[in-house]
Formats: sequence, structure tokens, C-alpha cells
Amino acid sequence: MHIPFCARKCAYCDFLSFPGNQQAQREYTKKLIEEIKCQSAKVKEYQVISVFIGGGTPSILGIDDMAAVLHSLREEFEILPEAEITMEVNPGTVTAEALSCYREAGVNRISIGLQSADDKELRYLGRIHTYDEFLKSYQRVRMAGFDNVNVDLISAIPGQTLESWKNTLKKVTMLKPEHLSAYSLIVERGTPYFDRYGEQVNMENRSLTLEERNSLMSLPELPDEDTEREMYYLTQEFLNEQGYERYEISNYSKNGYECRHNIGYWTGVEYLGLGLGAASYINGCRFHNTPVFDEYCSAHLDQEEAFQRVLRQEFEQLTIEDKMEEYMFLGLRLMKGVSAHGFAGSFGHNIRSVYGMVLDAMEEEGLMEFIDGNYRLTSRGIDISNYVMSRFLT
Amino acid sequence: MAAAQQNKIRNFCIIAHIDHGKSTLADRIIEKTGLLTSREMQSQVLDNMDLERERGITIKAQAVRTVYKAGNGEEYIFNMIDTPGHVDFNYEVSRSLAACDGAILVVDSSQGIEAQTLANVYMALDHNLDVFPVLNKIDLPSAEPERVVEEIEDVIGIEAHDAPRISAKTGLNVEAVLDAIVEKIPAPEGDPDAPLQALIFDSLYDSYKGVIVFFRVKEGTVKKGDRVRMMATGAVEEVVEVGYFGAGQFLPCESLSAGMVGYLTASIKNVKETAVGDTITNADRPCKVALPGYKKVTSMVYCGLYPADGARYNDLRDALEKLQLNDASLFFEPETSLALGFGFRCGFLGLLHLEVIQERLEREYNLDLVTTAPGVVYHVYKKNGEKLELTNPSNLPDPTEIEYMEEPIVSAEIMVTTEFVGAIMTLCQERRGVYLGMEYMEATRALLRYELPLNEIIYDFFDALKSRSKGYASFDYELKGYEKSELVKLDILVNKEEVDALSFIVHALSAYDRGRRMCEKLKDEIPRQLFEIPIQAAIGGKIIARETVKAMRKDVLAKCYGGDISRKKKLLEKQKEGKKRMRQVGNVEIPQKAFMSVLKLDDE
Repeated sequence: MHIPFCARKCAYCDFLSFPGNQQAQREYTKKLIEEIKCQSAKVKEYQVISVFIGGGTPSILGIDDMAAVLHSLREEFEILPEAEITMEVNPGTVTAEALSCYREAGVNRISIGLQSADDKELRYLGRIHTYDEFLKSYQRVRMAGFDNVNVDLISAIPGQTLESWKNTLKKVTMLKPEHLSAYSLIVERGTPYFDRYGEQVNMENRSLTLEERNSLMSLPELPDEDTEREMYYLTQEFLNEQGYERYEISNYSKNGYECRHNIGYWTGVEYLGLGLGAASYINGCRFHNTPVFDEYCSAHLDQEEAFQRVLRQEFEQLTIEDKMEEYMFLGLRLMKGVSAHGFAGSFGHNIRSVYGMVLDAMEEEGLMEFIDGNYRLTSRGIDISNYVMSRFLT
Repeated sequence: MAAAQQNKIRNFCIIAHIDHGKSTLADRIIEKTGLLTSREMQSQVLDNMDLERERGITIKAQAVRTVYKAGNGEEYIFNMIDTPGHVDFNYEVSRSLAACDGAILVVDSSQGIEAQTLANVYMALDHNLDVFPVLNKIDLPSAEPERVVEEIEDVIGIEAHDAPRISAKTGLNVEAVLDAIVEKIPAPEGDPDAPLQALIFDSLYDSYKGVIVFFRVKEGTVKKGDRVRMMATGAVEEVVEVGYFGAGQFLPCESLSAGMVGYLTASIKNVKETAVGDTITNADRPCKVALPGYKKVTSMVYCGLYPADGARYNDLRDALEKLQLNDASLFFEPETSLALGFGFRCGFLGLLHLEVIQERLEREYNLDLVTTAPGVVYHVYKKNGEKLELTNPSNLPDPTEIEYMEEPIVSAEIMVTTEFVGAIMTLCQERRGVYLGMEYMEATRALLRYELPLNEIIYDFFDALKSRSKGYASFDYELKGYEKSELVKLDILVNKEEVDALSFIVHALSAYDRGRRMCEKLKDEIPRQLFEIPIQAAIGGKIIARETVKAMRKDVLAKCYGGDISRKKKLLEKQKEGKKRMRQVGNVEIPQKAFMSVLKLDDE
């Protein structure tokens, strides 16, 4: 479930999010509840094993609004008692009151967007909080009784050094969160970072105030490629030492705390996206909701035509070949890789009869290996996973 | 129209440097002679290809016939023959001049004479044309007509004091030019009853009429139904139609006789049969000798053209065939490259000609091309006595079999303001030029004479000349002949494998430098791949330069929020698509544009 609001958009962020005033948030919440009712009517036979409420910044919503949304979810869907229900929160936006409200409503996992333990780096990213504010939020989360907490981190931030990254890892692991997401910064097209760090510096295509422009231009350079790679390897090494296991390219957890929702994406589990722009995979079909705020908020979702137009965009029925491709390139994000047995079970074909040539080529290039019935990426294969994954596309 | 009296005909051309206003003056003449109304005028009637208009130069010679009613009430027929304005087309220029009796020299009165102008004026004088000057752009604040008059008289030695001072752009004083044409350009001579002798100065292919031959009748008469023979190519055909050139249209007539300029059609299928400079005669009553000056056009510059998408090989062949219908100087034959697959080795008059063809293929035929480095024709003398004309570096025999090699040399004239003489001399030296002499045209301008190897000027000499003289240098050359030279083949190895399409012939002394710069350039052009890629330059197996493309260290989509799998898949598909735009050499992928990068080595 997507909550697209943020207090301020970070300079590297290319997600569907924007600052929204109180009225917009109210309007959105109302429509979201309407959507929950209409969507759930079409998937009555499904049981829900995980919920992920992300953004944007879900914690920016007023307590009443969020409570109403969570209540509606429980009303309309059959959420299993043991379901994993995650809420993303941002330091600086989350109160003790809100946390206890989430908890009462059944949220049992909190994901906090920290990104860096260095205030200077946080500023460069355009974050609205300091490390100290994160600490306070983290304490509140624990005090509210959450025993499954994720912290998001980003490496290769402008001006970041190997030392400061190590420091971030140290500080955070001392807090013993159950789960860590550690991404390498990617300069995405369309973000202010792209204008500053993309193929060419280009400040003209963005309506920035002089002040914003100057501060963007005065950002330090990104760490060079070698440093970036060292940070990346350090992450793995250091987190392993601290008892975290890497189970996916960018995700680490204590034993038994892997994010089930995240794993679902890579293993072909069906999901229903709710809210602006949310993506779904139901009944072998992929589609997404409109990413246009006004279109979403003004749609009469109870009318079938509007429902299809607004909530079934780019509707695509996957063929068996599509599914096999996805099984491979999504499954490879998991460290354990894809199961040959599982492939045969899902598709009735031997994995080698379909992908034997690619698998051999990848093995020969040292990018994949076959261990315990699973094909998985090697360390080098992970470095250039896009290349390996693209090989499985027809 | 009844057959015109010979003494009322004026056959002339306009000589001018690029941008000095030739096409504009031509437009004004057409306008003032009333053949077209102002409304019908396109801005530049003579240049009818888009490409020409964009480049501001005229590529194919054409002609226009207009009728001028002079002050004395007499009507005169003006045959205005357009000439190509670039050194690549020197031979075509000379044939166009040979079809004229006089020439108008247009000089920009703010710029003065340029090397190109000078070369063409000398050529016109060589053809015994009467040349009279016109001072154009007199309306510009920077115009210095007096200085330019003196320059014309000093440098060329023709009377210029009574030269019409005009503005072709505004039409100012253009009437004076028309009167000068009547007065100063002689009427043609020739006997209408003599055996036919007509000079071909251009031809074009029309899908309905076949080849349309443009010619000037020197002696005799030609009419519909005559059997004519092209004396050089031997082709014999029956004339289907003869006529004049309207502006942009053909006007059929009964016959054309000595002194007239016009066209004929004779269901000829290929412009190769109607070579520029050839003589048309009557097959049943031939003239004794052909007109002088015919040359077989030979390609000066060769390169490989390959379709970026190998599946479009046949489309490329069809497109080249179509272009060749209209351009006898375009040569092509199939060749294969290990790196680029199936393509064509193509021959051109010069680099401009190459660029024009390349652009037309891309624009008019929608082809995406990979071009290999252009080269000249080398003469290779083998120890076993064989002689080879080498157009593709890959075909160079083993060095042990070669006795010696020759390369084409040109005589070049460069006109430049004196402050840049030093810079231009340095440039010529860098390009292995041999200094022949320098003349001062006037206090501030000099004419430098050099002999230069053609392979040193085909890449970017013109650009270098312009940039080092801040645009003040102009340049003209003609082929002088072949000379012995120390030449070597420079091979490029990517990941230890020779890439045939990147090989080129270079002088031994500049080989090291070229090899080094080539490696540097390719290092930037070849994207990082999974492994480290050495890029080496070698001469006969000896490595002379090396660069390394470091291995790709990472290529990861770190995040994938909210299960937006479709987006991720699109990114991966895009990546895969990008690979298709690469050429696989061994296990390295080389982007198309890397093959072109060799053209731009000297851009410091």
C-alpha cells in the first residue's frame, strides 16, 4: 500500500512521492479506503500473508487517517493472524502515540529510513532529519513494543568515505535492528541528483530557486568507483560479522527475520497494490494503478469502467515464457538463488531444457554457480547482476 | 520558339566563393529576366536538393535558360550554367566552364578574393572564357569596393573599375549585370550545318524519361529522331526529345544547333553511358574528333559503408544503385569485414562527396550506417612485379612481398591573411606538406603553395585550416600524381584480436602518434565490459601503443520498490537492446560510433 506523501522530496529519490497538504492527505485517505473496498471485492478468495505500507512517508498521515485505513484493511481482507505487517516510518515524523496506534491496529514490523548516521551526509541527501532524531525515533519504536525492525541505509553518498560508511554500519548495528537494507546510491534519471551527477551536469531543466540550485551545485563529488565497491564489500563483510545474513542482493537480517513481503516479490507470490501508482500481480496478470493523483482521487471506483481505467493500467497477462523468465531473473536476487526442482514443479519443464545454454555460459563466465539444487549468482555475478539477469530475457 | 539567332545567345556561368552570393545573383537574374514571377520564386531556384540548400553549396551542375529584353528592344537568350562550388568536383567545374563562352566573377566586396575563386577564375581563363567581375554585397557596412577592385586587378589582372556594384540580396543594380552580360560575353560560334559535336556537362536520371543529358552544341544540329553516339563510351541511341531548361522544368523544342545549350533524352538507362565531358555526335554523320578535355572520373577517396543492422544489406545495395543512377562518380562494390559483416567498399571524388552520399543514404533511404575510416588509393608495387591499386587497407599484402608503395600527392593553394601564415605553415608541415612558395596578394594576404599527400587532407584538413586561421583561410587543390612513400598499415587490436574495419594506412613517421591517439579514442568509445580489454595499435605484429578499458565493476539495480517488476524488466530489456547496437568482435562489443571515431583524431 502506497502513501505518496513526504514532508520534502529527497534529492536522490525517484519514487512516486511529493509533499501533500492536509487536505490532499484527507482526500487521498478517503479514496484509499474506497479502493480497499472495491479491490477486495474482486479477490475474496485470497488470504493475506503480508502487508507492506510504504511510500513516500506513511507516518506523515494523521493518526486518525492511518487508523481508518488500517481498520478498513482488516475489515475487507482476510489477513492471517501470523501475517507480517510492515509500516515504513521516517525519523522526525513518528510519534509514540502514532506507533502505539499502529501496533494496536496489527502492525508488527517497522522499517525506518535512516540512510546515514552522518548528519552532513543526511543533509547532502536532502533528508529532513538528523542522526539524533533517528535515535529518538528508534527508541520510540522499541518502546512501543516492536520486535521486528528494519533500518534502511544508503552507501556511496556524495562526500562519503569508506570510514564514514563503516561508522554508519557500526552505529546502526549497535542498535541491533533485526533487519537491514543497504543500497548503493543510484543516480536516477529525473532527480536533482541526476542533474548534478548524471552524464552531464544540467541545471536548466528543473525549476529550482537560486538557493536550491547553489546548494545542489555545492554538493561534493560521489565516491569513485573503487571506493564505492569497497563500501559495498565492506557492507557484506561487516554485517556478516555482526550476525546478519545477506538473503537478497541488498537485504540482510538476523536468522528468521527475513522480510517475507520482500521475498514474495522474488518468488512469484501474488500481491495486490493499493494506492497511487501501486503495482499488482494477481492471477498471472501484472498491472498498476494510475500514478496521476487527480485521476486517482476523482475516480468513481464503484463504477466498473472507472475501476478498470484507473486501477488496471498496463494490464498484462503473463505467458508461460514470461513467467519462466521472471522466475529466473527475479529469483536470482535471492542469495540462495533459484531452485531447479521448484522450476520443474512450477512449469513442468526441466530448467536445463529451457535455460541450459545461458546457465552454462554464465557458469563458464564465473557469474553463476550450481549448489544444492539451486542456481545462484556468484559474488562477481551479484556485482553485475543486471547483465546476468538480462541474459534470461528473450 | 523559333531557332534563335546565334548572335542573340549568351552562354555563361557564375564564379564565386561559397557565400559570396552566386545563387542569390542567379535568382535575381532569373527574376529580372521575367521568366518567373516573384511569387513563383523559391528562394534559391538553382539549388533544388534540400541538402544543397542546407550546406549552402551547389552539388550538381545545372542550367537555366532565360529571355532578356535589352534596352535596345532586342531579346537575348541567356543560358546560365551553374557550377559546383567545391574542390571535390573540379572536373565537373571544368566541363561546365567548357560549355560557356564567358563567366561572371562575383566577389564579396567585404571579403575579397578567396583561393577557391582564384582557382576557378584561372580555370575559366584557361578555357578562353571572357570573365567580367561583379562586386556583390555592396550594401554591407564592411564593404570595401575600392580595395577589392584593386585586388581583382592586381591578382587576377582583369579590368575591374567599371565592375557593376550590386547587392544581389536587395536586387540593387542587378540590371547593370544583365547589360554587361550582353556587352561583355561573346556570342557563341559554330556552324549549324557541320557534323554534330556537343559537349556533355551533366546528366541526371529520371524514372520516366531515363537519362537526361545536359549539353552544349559546339558544331552542327541535333533533333528528335537522330541517332547519336557518345564518343567516349560508344553508346548509340535514338534521340527521343530535345529541349531547353526552364527554371526547374524541361521545355521540349524541335532542334538545338551550334551555340545552344539544352538537353536530350534517348531512353538511356544509366548515367555511366553519358559521362560528363564526353562528346555527342551524330552516329550517321560523325564529326572527326571528339572535343578535348574528357577524363574518366576516378574515385579519390574510399571507405567501407556497412548497414548498422546487418539485415538491411539489401536495402543499402538498392539505395546505392539508385544514387548511382544519378551520380556516375559514385563507385561501390561488395566487401565483407570480420567486424562489420557484409557491406560495400565505396569510392568518392572527395570527402565532401562521401559525406553527401552518406547523408543522403541516411536521410533519404533511412539507413543507419557504419562508416570505416576513409582512405585514398595507394599503389603497391610487389617484388614479383605485380602492381596493386589498394583501396582497402585490409588487402595490403604482407610487408615482405612489397617492393615499395606510392601515395597520391596534391598541389594545394591556400590563401590566408598574413597573421595566420605561421599557423597554417605549421599545419601543412604536420601534414607532411612540401613548401613550394608564397606570394603576397596584397599587404595583408598571402597565397601559400604546398604539395600535400592526399591522405593527410581527406580527414579534417579543412576544419583544421579554418580553426587555425579563425576562418580566414581558403583552400584549393588538384591531384598532382603519385610519389613513393614510406607507408605502413596500422592495425588495431581489441582484446588481442585485429579489427579489420579499424585498420588504416599511414606514413611511417606519424604511425606511432596516430596509433596512440587511436587507442586513447577507442578507450573512451568502448564501454566497460565484464573483463579488462586491452586496446593495442600494431604495425606488422609489433605493438606500438596500448590502452586498457577497465572491467565493469558493477551493474546492479539495487532497489525494486513495491513489486514494480514491469519497470525492472523494461530496464533489463533496454540494456539488452543496447547490446544490439554493438558490434561483436571476438567476445568484445564495440559500439558503432567507435568505427567513426578514427575520423576525428586531430581535434585538439
